[in-house]
Amino acid sequence: MARRNSLGWPRIIALTLAALVATVLPLPDWLEILRPDFVALTVLWFCLLSPRMTGMFHAWGAGLVLDTFRGVLLGQHALALIVITYVATKLRLQIRAFPPLQQTAVILALLWLNEFLLFWIDGVSGHPITDWRRWLAVPAGAACWPLISGLYARIAARR
Amino acid sequence: MTPHEPDARPLLLGGPPLGLRLIVLAILSLGLMVADHRQNHLAVIRDWLSAVVYPVQWAVQAPLVVWNSARDSLASRARIESDNVRLAADNLVLRLKQMRYDSLEQENQRLRAARESSSRVVQRTLVAEIVRVDLDPFRQRVLVDKGSRDGVFRSQAALDANGIFGQVTRVGPLSAEVILISDPEHAIPVQVNRTGARTIALGTGRSGQLSLPYLPQNSDVVAGDLLVSSGLGGVYPPGYLVGRITTVGRDPSQPLLAVAAEPLAGLDRDPEILLVWFDSTVVEPEPTPAAKPASTPGDATGGD
Repeated sequence: MARRNSLGWPRIIALTLAALVATVLPLPDWLEILRPDFVALTVLWFCLLSPRMTGMFHAWGAGLVLDTFRGVLLGQHALALIVITYVATKLRLQIRAFPPLQQTAVILALLWLNEFLLFWIDGVSGHPITDWRRWLAVPAGAACWPLISGLYARIAARR
Repeated sequence: MTPHEPDARPLLLGGPPLGLRLIVLAILSLGLMVADHRQNHLAVIRDWLSAVVYPVQWAVQAPLVVWNSARDSLASRARIESDNVRLAADNLVLRLKQMRYDSLEQENQRLRAARESSSRVVQRTLVAEIVRVDLDPFRQRVLVDKGSRDGVFRSQAALDANGIFGQVTRVGPLSAEVILISDPEHAIPVQVNRTGARTIALGTGRSGQLSLPYLPQNSDVVAGDLLVSSGLGGVYPPGYLVGRITTVGRDPSQPLLAVAAEPLAGLDRDPEILLVWFDSTVVEPEPTPAAKPASTPGDATGGD
C-alpha cells in the first residue's frame, strides 16, 4: 500500500470524461432538472483527495470542456469551478476530517456557491434563468456526494 | 469519508501559491467570457473546441441510436405492412394537395412578379439529425449533426414537417446548435393567419408553449387561430406554420392581451429537422392597409 495516492492521469481523465458524459446524457425531463453537477462533484473529490495531482488547472480545464459541451459562454463553468476548488483546497484538511453528514453539508454549500456563480454570470451576460427549479440540482448533488465519493474511493483504491 | 493516506510528501502544496493560481485563472476565464460574449472574437477557438467535443457528444447517444435501429430492424412484418398502407394513403392525399399547390405557387409567382417582389420560398433544404444530448434543462436548445462543412450558417431557419422549429445559433465544423422557438430568449415575428395581424411570439422555456404579449386589447384573436411566420427580420421564410393560439386572456385592467399559443412543430419529439435556404433579399414588408400592431416592448410588462 505504499503507492496509495498514485491515482494516475489516465484514471483522472477517464473519471472527468465520465462526469462530462453524465452531464449531457439524455434523461427524462423530471429527472433532468434534478441532475447533479457531476463535474463539480468530481473536481471537488479530486481536490479533496489528491490536491497535488489535480487542483486548479484540472478544474479549469474541466470547466472549459463543460462550457463547450453545453454551448454556454466560454469560461463560465471554468470560473465557478476554480472558485469552489480554491475554497475546497483551502479547507481540505478540515473537510476530510469531518464525519460524512457534515462533509455533505460542506459540499452542499460549495455546490450552491458554484450554482450561484453560474446564475450570476448568466445574469451579467444577459441570459438569465430565473426558474427556481435550477436550484434543485444543488441538494440533489449534495445527496449524491456519499455515493460518488464512495464509488470514486473504490476506483482509486484499485490498482 | 476519504481514507487516511500515509504519504511522505509535505502537507503544504508546492508550486505557485494557491491564491495566485486562482487569480491568474480567474482573469483568464473572465477574459474568455468577455471575448466570447462579444461574438466572433473566439470563433476559431470555439470551432476547434466544438469539433473536439463533438465525437464525445455523438458517442453519448450512440447506444440509444443502436437500440433504436435494432428495434426498427426487428419490427414486426405486420406493423411494417400496416405502416406501408397508411403511408401510401397519405402519399396519395399529399400528391393531390401538391398538384393544387404547384398551380397555386405558379400563380403566386406570376402575381409577385407582376408586383416586382421576390417570392421568398424555400429553395433548398438539408436534413439534420438531432444529437440526443441534454444541453441545459432550462434552455430550449438542441445539437444537430450538420455544421459549417455542410454549409450551415448562423441564424439559418430550421423547420420540421409541421411547422417552424427554430434557428441556428452556433455553428461548428461538424455540428450546430439550434435554438427552439420555445426558448425564453427567442422571438419570432408572426402573423395571425385569419386576420393578417402581425405580432411577435416569444418562447416561454416550456416546449409546449409560446406567448404573444404584444397584442392590444382590441385585436381580433380567438383560441384556435393559426400563426404563420411573417418573414419580417429575414430569418424565417414567410408563410410557414408556427403555432396555434390556445388561450386568450382578456384582463380589462391591462393594456395588452395575454395570449398563449402552442407550437405546431414537434419541438420535443422530432428525431430530425430541415435546415432551409431561401431568398431573403427582400426583408421589408409589402405595404398593407392593415395597421401593424405596436411591437414596442416599452410598457409591455404583461404576459407572465
